[in-house]
Amino acid sequence: MSTITLDSKVPSGPIEERWDNHRFTMKLVNPANKRKFTVLVVGTGLAGASAAATLAELGYQVKCFTFHDSPRRAHSIAAQGGINAAKNYKNDGDSIYRLFYDTVKGGDFRARESNVYRLAQVSVNIIDQCVAQGVPFAREYGGLLDNRSFGGAQVSRTFYARGQTGQQLLLGAYQALMQQVSLGRVELHTKTELLDVVTKDGVCVGIVTRDLVSGEVRSWSGHATLLATGGYGNAFYLSTNAMNCNVTAAWRAHKKGAAFANPCYTQIHPTCIPASDEFQSKLTLMSESLRNDGRIWVPKKHDDNRAPDQIPEDERDYYLERRYPSFGNLAPRDIASRAAKVVVDEGRGVGPLKNGVYLDFSDAIGRLGQNVVFERYGNLFDMYERITDEDPMKVPMRIYPASHYTMGGLWVDYNLMTNIPGLYALGEANFSDHGANRLGASALMQGLADGYFVVPYTIGDYLAGLLGQAPVSTDDPAFAQAEQGIRDEVKRWISVGGTKSPEHYHRELGKLVWEYCGMARERNGLEKALTEIPALREEFEKNVRVLGDPDGVNQSLEKVGRVADFFELGELMCRDALMREESCGGHFRVEHQTEEGEAQRDDENFSFVGAWEYTGKGNVPNLHREPLVFEFVKPTVRSYK
Amino acid sequence: MNLTLKVWRQEGPDAAGRFETYQANDVKDEMSFLEMLDNVNEALIEDGREPITFDSDCREGICGTCGLMINGQAHGPQKGTATCQLHMRKFTDGETIVIEPWRAAAFPVQKDLMVDRSALDAIIEAGGYISADTGAPRDANEILVPKPAADTAMDAAACIGCGACVAACPNGAGQLFTSAKLAHLNLLPQGQAERWKRTEDMVETMELFFGSCTNYGECQEACPKEIPIDFIALMNRDYLKSKIKNRKLIGQG
Repeated sequence: MSTITLDSKVPSGPIEERWDNHRFTMKLVNPANKRKFTVLVVGTGLAGASAAATLAELGYQVKCFTFHDSPRRAHSIAAQGGINAAKNYKNDGDSIYRLFYDTVKGGDFRARESNVYRLAQVSVNIIDQCVAQGVPFAREYGGLLDNRSFGGAQVSRTFYARGQTGQQLLLGAYQALMQQVSLGRVELHTKTELLDVVTKDGVCVGIVTRDLVSGEVRSWSGHATLLATGGYGNAFYLSTNAMNCNVTAAWRAHKKGAAFANPCYTQIHPTCIPASDEFQSKLTLMSESLRNDGRIWVPKKHDDNRAPDQIPEDERDYYLERRYPSFGNLAPRDIASRAAKVVVDEGRGVGPLKNGVYLDFSDAIGRLGQNVVFERYGNLFDMYERITDEDPMKVPMRIYPASHYTMGGLWVDYNLMTNIPGLYALGEANFSDHGANRLGASALMQGLADGYFVVPYTIGDYLAGLLGQAPVSTDDPAFAQAEQGIRDEVKRWISVGGTKSPEHYHRELGKLVWEYCGMARERNGLEKALTEIPALREEFEKNVRVLGDPDGVNQSLEKVGRVADFFELGELMCRDALMREESCGGHFRVEHQTEEGEAQRDDENFSFVGAWEYTGKGNVPNLHREPLVFEFVKPTVRSYK
Repeated sequence: MNLTLKVWRQEGPDAAGRFETYQANDVKDEMSFLEMLDNVNEALIEDGREPITFDSDCREGICGTCGLMINGQAHGPQKGTATCQLHMRKFTDGETIVIEPWRAAAFPVQKDLMVDRSALDAIIEAGGYISADTGAPRDANEILVPKPAADTAMDAAACIGCGACVAACPNGAGQLFTSAKLAHLNLLPQGQAERWKRTEDMVETMELFFGSCTNYGECQEACPKEIPIDFIALMNRDYLKSKIKNRKLIGQG
């Protein structure tokens, strides 16, 4: 029996007035009453840190949790390229409506229009806020802010701080958070990992955590809980995500009843350094900006073992320029990634493992000179050389696509609340704004929009109804039961006493998810995955080895629970990909392509959000559909030819 | 290549630590240093021995989570490179590598190679921010920041907070970290209102946890972001000024 109803709470009316009208109709909590409410914020990346700081500034009592040793370590820090905002400082025709349009189209018409419009609206406030905090964005000589262009857009609207925009934005939010900590308005708990979400009578009342230093399992109670815990790209094991990125917080909320939307929408970034061997622990992204001057090619001949400079021009296949003459090497991420897969699968890959394609700067060096090219990309070239021992000024870079971002996530309504009252999801952890494909420089925008400018308003509407109610005590049986569940789980993992590490099983799981639910998906493969993943999970549960003590630092124990959640999620990703009999954005079903090999959407049957309801481990989950309505941007075929 | 590792093992903050010796066999040039340790850990687990605890996260040299003393050098032998970006081609077959946690009184060991760096957060908490509550600040382009100021602020803001500067310093001083944040904020127009108070509060909090600077310069050698000690000079100047400036006249330029 299904217990979920999906009410998106999207306002009606002209799209440019929806957010304003909605803000006016929402209930407010008066300043003196705000301190009576406790809000738990889990995660301290862009979304979490900005939300925690802003809620504390407003006067709420905030408790903030991160499993890192400092809030500044969250993976937002690794974002390189920039952040979009419809400032139109370049006078090149940008507007809120254009950013809205580009984002809806870039997402292949699988996002909610109202959410995306709001995102475009608040994008301009984000830049103002960050500059006021001292984020050192790139400047022109006159002291004004500089912009650059990015994939999927024809205007220059991307603000950046060298190749470290994510770092600088996160430090801004972190510093704002630490100021609130110093004022006693935020209670910060580092090295504290969420292991369960606690509900009572269907409402979220708090969380259970494990202290990663002492091993202590304990409960925290709050009027509302915000999950800003990032994406699930590490389901593939090899990805550009940090080692500790995981789905555990979102997944455990899912197990408590929160719907998980569009898990098959994953973004594979075209320019990463290819894996060099089995021991590889993660993949490294090379900024998309390299495609502005680099030309992508592979040899025309199969299994060509010659060095790149020995392959004459007429024996090279510049396949993006050939297939997409108008966008060429700047084709969007999903399209460039699939094209690379096609040539590597044909046996024309390059490098010792034949698992890459060349990104060649020799033309740019000839045209612009060594100095200009090095000035533009020197820091990326240095990073590449540290990893591969090859100098891209002399030898073409080798790149290959890798898992980078996940558009799917916890289902949320327009207020960013999941279908569990009191439980919110922010940033990459939710599903709401990017549809089936995210444009470059939009992840940072969404994280900060959610944290600085959306949830601080919408949460008041919920909390106002709880005025006068104390948070549910952590002595309540609901907490005791959840805590006991976690203690039992910890004990169980330690006592399995198998032979292989959690890392081993994560790697094996990742291979299956990548093989069957990676860049191209096919019915047969997905069906196979739905038997192979549960089989591997059973082996994992019987044969994993977690050594050491539960009461203290134990990294294997931290890892094993995360891997267990990835197993269940991996299965759901495949199920979702199997259900979605169309190709859209990052989801490419081999059966659904045009004669030229392009993605074929099916708007008639699949213009909906697929939100899954958990029905128990190993059981088939229930699918709920939230129809997508396009009142302003008419769905068209994305063409980049 | 085959290597011998001497690794610091310590059960907990109060336990006595010791070096243990492990063999790392079949190490490939393309491995990162931490992947080499991952492999050693896999072998330890197969053997039924507890793996070595060490911190790491992004493995792209930007999050600042990792950090090891490798043969007595913070982040190892390659200049401007965090431990996670160090690759095994920098080592030779048959070598013995000594691996220790950050060594500093301000960074107590939690387990094996993992240390507690919360003292760095305490310095930021003391004033490492510009007060700007979320709301309606003025348009971003109303604040002009001359390019040289923005660029130098960015040079300083590149600090990843790993703590290598402290670990490399014979005094365990926190000057490079503190001065980098102060330079970032004090060089920008937005940071002027709180400049003297910020400087005073951050420097004095730093001194509660860390040793004193005696200009060894080891910090800038170890810094994976190659942040120069010039910023320490700037901090010292601002700290002195913070004691004599009449803050009522801050609007007078």
